Amino acid sequence: MAAVATCGGDAGSAGSAVATGSKSNVTSFQRRGPRASGTNDSGPRLVSITGTRPSVRNGQLLVSTGLPALDQLLGGGLAVGTVLLIEEDKYNIYSSLLFKYFLAEGIVNGHTLLVASANEDPANILQELPAPLLDDNCKKEFDEDVYNHKTPESNIKMKIAWRYQLLPKMEQIGPVSSSRFGHYYDASKRIPQELIEASKWHGFFLPEKISSTLKVEPCSLTHGYIKLLQFIQNIIYEEGFDGSNPQKKQKNILRIGIQNLGSPLWGDDICCTENGDSSHSLTKFLYVLRGLLRTSLSVCIITMPTHLIQNKAVIAHITNLSDIVVGLESFIGSERETNPLYKDYHGLIHIRQIPRLNNLVCDESDVKDLGFKLKRKLFTIELESGFASFHSAHF
Amino acid sequence: MFPELNNLLNTTPDRAEQGKLTLLCDAKTDGSFLVHHFLSFYLKANCKVCFVALIQSFSHYNIVGQKLGVNLTMARERGQLVFLEGLKSAVDIFFQAQEKPHPLQFLREANAGNLKPLFEFVREALKPVDSGEAGWTYPVLLVDDLSVLLSLGLGAVAVLDFIHYCRATVCWELKGNVVVLVHDSGDVEDEENDILLNGLSHQSHLILRAEGLATGFCRDVHGQLRILWRRPSQSTSQRDQSLTYQYKIQDRSVSFFAKGMSPAVL
Repeated sequence: MAAVATCGGDAGSAGSAVATGSKSNVTSFQRRGPRASGTNDSGPRLVSITGTRPSVRNGQLLVSTGLPALDQLLGGGLAVGTVLLIEEDKYNIYSSLLFKYFLAEGIVNGHTLLVASANEDPANILQELPAPLLDDNCKKEFDEDVYNHKTPESNIKMKIAWRYQLLPKMEQIGPVSSSRFGHYYDASKRIPQELIEASKWHGFFLPEKISSTLKVEPCSLTHGYIKLLQFIQNIIYEEGFDGSNPQKKQKNILRIGIQNLGSPLWGDDICCTENGDSSHSLTKFLYVLRGLLRTSLSVCIITMPTHLIQNKAVIAHITNLSDIVVGLESFIGSERETNPLYKDYHGLIHIRQIPRLNNLVCDESDVKDLGFKLKRKLFTIELESGFASFHSAHF
Repeated sequence: MFPELNNLLNTTPDRAEQGKLTLLCDAKTDGSFLVHHFLSFYLKANCKVCFVALIQSFSHYNIVGQKLGVNLTMARERGQLVFLEGLKSAVDIFFQAQEKPHPLQFLREANAGNLKPLFEFVREALKPVDSGEAGWTYPVLLVDDLSVLLSLGLGAVAVLDFIHYCRATVCWELKGNVVVLVHDSGDVEDEENDILLNGLSHQSHLILRAEGLATGFCRDVHGQLRILWRRPSQSTSQRDQSLTYQYKIQDRSVSFFAKGMSPAVL
């Protein structure tokens, strides 16, 4: 595929990157997850899908969220077959940015995309994706951008140990090559058109799909949700992501992105009233979606305006039916914008739930107070600290 | 199963009590480790187990079960385990009209349905077979978890009715056990969930409640387990016995210790 060629990465190099990084025992190569039915999950198989890697802990297949900082907090990445629910910030600025990072990562890795939205045409969403930082000649610009934030003193050459001034002043990060797991994006530039054209994507724009008549009997789901589930199931079956189609055996990941789920534009009244008619529509949708994902090689990101949901008990149900739940809280317009404690950050990121898949333990990170800030080419997540950040790790 | 938990509950697979309803609940934490414990416990006790797994797939329980020493695939093949995979069934029901009634039929219904088909399924799965094959000791029904049924539109009363029917059949008629998991929503006002939880608490013989620590997240102590033994049928003149322990979940087991006695602290 052309997208893969421009990345310079292919299944072989991804596999070898995994080989050097993993432990010596054979089990870390095995994909023991409940994905891809139709294949017997008894024998270990070497996985060679681009853009994936097995988890160090239990060999589960992971994909990158598009944000290496977030991957680290989630224990290495997003497990295939799971749902990442993002609780939108108030003005849907940063959540839509995370949504776009996820989709851009899919394009860079050559995954198939499925973009569903009720308010924006998926073709327009794809046009607005951030440009990936792939080549090495971007690295110079990238370093300059970060160093600009440092004080002038740091640019003074070290006089004592002249040899040391050649070493990088902080951890070597940034884009090295495009076959790595997780990429960096320039939020100020658009993704090159040829990358979009080379990628495979399916769009679900609700106003277009809703006009046709409904054939299945109503099961108290909103019409929009029924159509979306049918669309997703159709793609999964037709393109062989669940291994059941005898003609097509996919060796690729389907990245599903659903924007603003639960908003009134989907026909759901969960954000308008406390006990509406379709009060269980969204939870049934999430349940059937979970069933679809668990039996296919797909991964899903959903952004949801949970701050608008009137009935708080529903949020608890939604959290239980999702695998990973991340809440974003931006400081725009709130009193925290001028609070000196938070002046370095654009908002807070709350990791509300991490799944325990195929395991008794989960990869819970030790720190719970995390702030994020968006620079032009970097979305960093750091330990909140009013003073000098001792543990700040720029990913 | 976790040997330390067996010690705390004073049971072993050989001499477990029969005819009991055990309620597992979790508040502000994940109590699924208790489900894995009871699943492996009853399989090792040579019971016939009907597992209604609504929230995770079969291979999830299988992989964890292997860490705990039971093989679910083999148990299913030899008929010891009847596994209802809720997620897979939901996809089947939703996309294809079913000819015969399915245990999770309520997913297709527009109004709040009832769980009669699910009860029929359980009764069919656990009824004693007279063919004289490998005799299982007693039947066990395990449900993970009941709060999912509430979030899918069923009322608390429908779920309580289902449990009542199951108790009558499994606990009283067949002298088996029932173990269910319910999430406690805590300070969130979830009326239906509270009704369900309170109703089940009054009917249970044993309540295991996993709670997150009040002071927040800790790496060495993952939570607190409250164990409450009850006698629902007898008068309440005797005080129910209650114990509290803290626990830490590890890769293959869970270690329990008295409050404040975590090895990390001492």
